[in-house]
Amino acid sequence: RGLRGLKEFPSPVQNSELFTLTYGALVTQLCKDYENDEDVNKQLDKMGYNIGVRLIEDFLARSNVGRCHDFRETADVIAKIAFKMYLGITPSITNWSPGGDEFSLILENNPLVDFVELPDNHSTLIYSNLLCGVLRGALEMVQMAVDVKFVQDTLKGDSVTEIRMKFIRRIEDNLPAGEE
Amino acid sequence: RCSTKLESMGFRVGQGLIERFTKDTARFKDELDIMKFICKDFWTTVFKKQIDNLRTNHQGIYVLQDNKFRLLTQMSAGKQYLEHAPKYLAFTCGLIRGGLSNLGIKSIVTAEVSSMPACKL
Repeated sequence: RGLRGLKEFPSPVQNSELFTLTYGALVTQLCKDYENDEDVNKQLDKMGYNIGVRLIEDFLARSNVGRCHDFRETADVIAKIAFKMYLGITPSITNWSPGGDEFSLILENNPLVDFVELPDNHSTLIYSNLLCGVLRGALEMVQMAVDVKFVQDTLKGDSVTEIRMKFIRRIEDNLPAGEE
Repeated sequence: RCSTKLESMGFRVGQGLIERFTKDTARFKDELDIMKFICKDFWTTVFKKQIDNLRTNHQGIYVLQDNKFRLLTQMSAGKQYLEHAPKYLAFTCGLIRGGLSNLGIKSIVTAEVSSMPACKL
């Protein structure tokens, strides 16, 4: 039997909902597997790192951006191209340190947390920590060692979500980083 | 076992997805109607394509065939990764089972991969 002649159902479901639901199922499962928030945060970071070291290739292939000359350019590429490409949002870049080695990404909405509420017993969970790992892993593959962390989170009652990115050093050797 | 965990994650996601889908749509006529919905709209939302072939014995068994299953297309098509393929299908089996469950159908969903990247569920 063919599938022709089916009545059309308009699809109210966006792909982003599948993504959000799947991420939520992942975090829920990790909370069951590990006994405390700190371990879940570490796992999310590690998983993000493993994704990031591969995602960068996909990103470079699809976006065609050339080498960034400084950290400001990097920030622009991350916020305006990468975030847009993978999460459909464009965070704003603010709070540059005087030395130009640290900045903040402000996300007014975070697709990972649509419909999500943190229960009281997980107040130290960094729900979207996967993102930090992704950024860290991806940048490592283009020779930048960075530190990435959430400093504000709408899930915890803050008005925006803020990710702080700090440039640590250029990675000189050409050995690819192993997986953690 | 990891497949079981993946399957239950898929189950939860499938339930949630179906809720979003069917908020405003009319009730399904029958079981076959539901299966066609899974093959067409559901599969398209999740995998950006429809199921290639649906077969049934009209006694409650359905076989959904996807000839280019998106979770397998990035892997080499030979025999090399065949034994690992089931892990990638576990989540999807759960997805279908969860979706059906919220539509009132209790089911068992299994998958079979005999040649990458095609699979049967």
